[in-house]
Amino acid sequence: MIPEEKSIREIKFGVLSPDEIRKMSVTAIVTSELYDEDGRPIQGGLMDPRLGVIAPGQICPTCGNDAKSCPGHFGHIELARPVIHVGFAKHIYDALRTTCRRCGRILLPQAELDRYIKLYGRLREKWPLLAKMLVTVVKKRASKVMECPHCGEKQYKIVFEKPYTYFEERAEGKIQLSQFEIRERLQNIPDEHVQLLGLDPKEARPEWMVLTVLPVPPVQVRPSIVLETGIRAEDDLTHKLADIVRTNEKLRELLDSGAPQRLIDEHWLLLQYHVATYIDNELPRIPVARHRGGRPLKGLAQRLKGKEGRFRGNLSGKRVDYSARTVISPDPNLSINEVGVPEEIAKVLTVRVPVTPWNLEEMRKYVLNGPYKWPGANYVITPDGRKIDLRYADRKRIAEMLSPGWKVERHLKNGDIVLFNRQPSLHRMSIMAHIVRVLPGKTFRLNLLVCPPYNADFDGDEMNLHVPRTEEAQAEARELMLVQYHILSPRYGGPIIGGVQDYVSGAYLLTSKATLLTLEDVVDLLSAAGYRGEIPEPAILSPKKRWTGKQLISLFLPEDFNFRGRARVSAGVFACENEWCWNDSFILIKKGELLTGVLDKKAVGAEQPENMMHWLIKEYGSDYARYVYDHMFRMFIRFIEKRGFTMTVDDVALPREAKEKIRVILHEAENEVYEVIEMYKQGKLEPVPGRTMEESLELKILDVLSNARKRVEDIVVNYLDPFNNVFIMARTGARGNELNITQMAALLGQQSVRGERIHRGYRGRYLPHFRPGDLGAAARGFVYSNFYDGLSPVEVFFHAAGGREGLVDTAVRTSQSGYMQRRLINALQDLRVEYDGTVRTPYGDLVQFVYGEDGVDPMKSAHGKAVNIDREIERVIGWRT
Amino acid sequence: MAELVYEWESLESKIKTTLREAAEKLPKRIYEELIDKLKRTCQEYGLTPEEATKIIYNVVREYELSMIEPGEPVGTVAAQSIGEPGTQMTLRTFHYAGMREFNVTLGLPRFIEVVDARREPSTPIMYIYLDEEHRYDENKAKEVARRIEFTRVVNVASEVSIDLINMRIIVRLDPVMLEDKGVTVEQVKKVLEKLKLGNVESDPSDPLVLYINLPPTESFSLIDLQKKKDKVLNAKIKGIRKIRRVIIQSMVNEEGKTEYFLVTEGSNLPDVLEVPGVDPRRVYTNNIHEIEEVLGIEAARLALIREMKDVLEEQGLDVDIRHLMLVADIMTQTGRVRQIGRHGVSGEKPSPLARAAFEMTTQNLFDAAARGETDKLLGVTETVIAGGILRMGTGMVVVSMNPATLIKGTQKSGSEQG
Repeated sequence: MIPEEKSIREIKFGVLSPDEIRKMSVTAIVTSELYDEDGRPIQGGLMDPRLGVIAPGQICPTCGNDAKSCPGHFGHIELARPVIHVGFAKHIYDALRTTCRRCGRILLPQAELDRYIKLYGRLREKWPLLAKMLVTVVKKRASKVMECPHCGEKQYKIVFEKPYTYFEERAEGKIQLSQFEIRERLQNIPDEHVQLLGLDPKEARPEWMVLTVLPVPPVQVRPSIVLETGIRAEDDLTHKLADIVRTNEKLRELLDSGAPQRLIDEHWLLLQYHVATYIDNELPRIPVARHRGGRPLKGLAQRLKGKEGRFRGNLSGKRVDYSARTVISPDPNLSINEVGVPEEIAKVLTVRVPVTPWNLEEMRKYVLNGPYKWPGANYVITPDGRKIDLRYADRKRIAEMLSPGWKVERHLKNGDIVLFNRQPSLHRMSIMAHIVRVLPGKTFRLNLLVCPPYNADFDGDEMNLHVPRTEEAQAEARELMLVQYHILSPRYGGPIIGGVQDYVSGAYLLTSKATLLTLEDVVDLLSAAGYRGEIPEPAILSPKKRWTGKQLISLFLPEDFNFRGRARVSAGVFACENEWCWNDSFILIKKGELLTGVLDKKAVGAEQPENMMHWLIKEYGSDYARYVYDHMFRMFIRFIEKRGFTMTVDDVALPREAKEKIRVILHEAENEVYEVIEMYKQGKLEPVPGRTMEESLELKILDVLSNARKRVEDIVVNYLDPFNNVFIMARTGARGNELNITQMAALLGQQSVRGERIHRGYRGRYLPHFRPGDLGAAARGFVYSNFYDGLSPVEVFFHAAGGREGLVDTAVRTSQSGYMQRRLINALQDLRVEYDGTVRTPYGDLVQFVYGEDGVDPMKSAHGKAVNIDREIERVIGWRT
Repeated sequence: MAELVYEWESLESKIKTTLREAAEKLPKRIYEELIDKLKRTCQEYGLTPEEATKIIYNVVREYELSMIEPGEPVGTVAAQSIGEPGTQMTLRTFHYAGMREFNVTLGLPRFIEVVDARREPSTPIMYIYLDEEHRYDENKAKEVARRIEFTRVVNVASEVSIDLINMRIIVRLDPVMLEDKGVTVEQVKKVLEKLKLGNVESDPSDPLVLYINLPPTESFSLIDLQKKKDKVLNAKIKGIRKIRRVIIQSMVNEEGKTEYFLVTEGSNLPDVLEVPGVDPRRVYTNNIHEIEEVLGIEAARLALIREMKDVLEEQGLDVDIRHLMLVADIMTQTGRVRQIGRHGVSGEKPSPLARAAFEMTTQNLFDAAARGETDKLLGVTETVIAGGILRMGTGMVVVSMNPATLIKGTQKSGSEQG
């Protein structure tokens, strides 16, 4: 039977009145003692069983339920003297200074008040923000009036001293207001006026903010723990409540015995202190209440506040079952939609499957296999809802009893859908659905192509896996969250999934003009890619049959696909403006044939909008995109495996001639720097407008040195073999850039901290190795050496200083941008597109008439445009232009 | 295959109906672009009517497929799309933005500044373009620059000292600075006279030295003198308050002519707009609040979008403009610029639970209690707290017939019968 659905429609906030507190209370708490000599809770104590039971087996004397279903019941403490509720101290202050000390009315003329009350009534429902503003205006104006317009009483200025003391500034001096007086004054405020102060007289009369009765939460809220030694440790709240009861009883005693006023006041203040810290133990200006050990006690506010508090820790984010976490490792043989799950984990995570006549035999097998053999089952649920643990049951018997109506908690098996997640979950692609592949080993396996959306690598990253339980959830995961539906990012309308590192190098090497493949190679590559079909005619028939890599790529392209575009390697001397170019860096695809051009990062890489892969995905759909990523891309890896790809020191070794040229350039730069310094010392340096001489000098030196570095870079690029592996990686975008190569081969260049040359340290110099006041390049962190030859100790130190700044920067940045994202999410999360195409808040407020001014979904757009018309034309007639 | 047509008119007549359909379905701008590009393609490569029809059909289809679907949680997507690349932004506050003369806050700090809706940017900057008369001549541009740059006595004086014996303040002017700022000695003299500290006279031997003779007073105090000296130093000669420095830049404009424009450190939009020589339609400042006050909320919205876009572009981050528009829209929705955070958008949400879950948990709960607020549990946070289903995406669809009540109903009727 479907249990009757109970849903919360709304939650009303308010302040409890003393009557309500007494009404909902099951007992008054009168003693601070918790247990008697036998260890049984005392009646009228804080652990009174009538407040609810939590130990299993006990029956609640109030509601008659057992520990599982007893919700707990409130008690109360009758306070001997009223105390301020610190949470409302500010509201009390507002009410006191805006109302008459005698008649309780707001200190504004009656006519004005009538007008405001009417206005407030109209604003409250429709324009709550304006109503709030009206309240501030009323408060501001009323607090300035010094004579009551109603009864003519002279008013005094009210001074509020945090956290809970109020004074009246009279002629004779500051007079403290007692909680009695305060409560009395608040009581006098008429309901209409209470409303104008922004309070709701029905739910929160101001006098209720001065406590006369304190509710005592049920024990469920403050369970005591029995330590191993057998000693009971009480919850912080219980301790605090005991303090309150103790002080309260003492105060009552003193009052009854007619003790001196001074003593009574002292205890009254103590009671006020205890009640205040019970509510919030981080109040300003009063000492924090501590445990005997010195640990601050947790007040009610502390339970709710902060990241680990009730709200952010338990209500907005919850811990879940049916989840797993382990290290990830790569497996290029999986589909992008799949995830490899260790058998060990598959045996713990289960899916609840109803037994039907069609799966009865299968389910029987799982039950027989039991919890320790995969694929098995961990539990069986009988039609009457009992859960049988298969670890302890007679599995044969249960397998026989199994029939439609039963449910089986079976192990995760191939083909199940799961959610896969890597923190930080910065965008929706951080949680995607994958199809399970149970594999040996202890790590989750994933295809390398899905690393970019998760921002994952395999240096020890761990990821989480969740099993959707209901059919609805499973269906949604499969239809909406599967990796193949998230290839295009809503951030910029382009693919976010794509090849990285060796995929890019592999694609380049495979499609490069120099690559000629034998039949054996072709067969090997195509079978690695899982290609089923005919092998095309070889590009070279004689003297020996040879195929090009481009032919193999074409096998995976749709027959009517046309594309033209420059490759990433098309730069500098290898640039190509069109297909008529020797450098082979212009991609031309006509009718599904890759005719010219190499594939590199621009074509197959991640985060490259408007490239070949983007149009393939957009025009041929996600199933086809998955096919290409699963098959064609595997060929790149296979090829680079066959060819071999590595890096040697020689790859960054420069010939003597180049080194000499670099030496000359650096020498020139050095001299130029000294010239500039000389000019500066003589005061002849032309200053940059709006800068001091020193700043101008720094700018000039940085300029000279960075120019020198650029010239060196050109030399490095010229002298290194453009087809060595390191250079291939840099040019294709697989890894590294020309700057990195220059740093390895020629020089590291200027190290900087805070965008300036490194100068802080000793007086006038960074290290004792230099003369004070030396402004030269070397003394301020210019590193002439490279990684190939090695750095001098001083240079290492400069480099370390620059490197450290980078690390600090990253650490600071993550926290800052994390907080910014949290705020953005919080401000925007409620918005959605309505059926009429408008963007609205759930309260019906209109934010945009048409989403994004044109109603186009960025994810489905062509890099931000609704339609890329040039591309649409190319699509149709590209084969003949 | 049909003949290639190279003349647009004849092609147009052959595909008239398709075009008419496309015109109905496509927005005007896209339709015009389509026609324009078809025309050009037709003239260059030739098109068969079939090809043209196919292109048009594809464009219409792609356009229709690109529309957003109801229920899309666009807010969350926008926030994620902006927040996710945030980790890639530089933290370095100061960066050169093409000019070595200025430091400009860029990257993450500037972005946070924009969404925070700070009153004053940490590096306020204005771009002032000049009117027809002044924009092509560097000297005339300089003239305007001088009118704008805030100049005080301290900027043109090489020395200001107190002469205790003669009870006077000596102001020695720097001829180079006077020339640079375009100030005459007479002007300075007038300014000093206006201060009414005493009568001002020039040194007979050196015209660049001015004396302010202080009237004899009974009470003599050094602090008082110092104050008077400061008054002299800070006396405004000309220019616009808050504009600390003006630099002339040049660029080649759309007409291909070299145009001079001004870049200023410091921002004061209302006053700059009134300076003669300034083209008020093209003045820009990065102070969003000034734009809001002077030009209104719609201008502020555009400025927000532009500022966010500029930061992201400078950092080389690719974020769709629609996300930025949504952020700007929610910030300006109420008619004034609100911050993204507890004092703005998040703090003004109607739901106490959402506010409590964001920041200042207890304060929000106490306020909600005092006001007797009700949480209708409509937003995302509240729904999650109450354990409900979000009314977004697939959750937006509701079945009007509740299966639970249905079962209850059948049972009731069943028991009645029994």
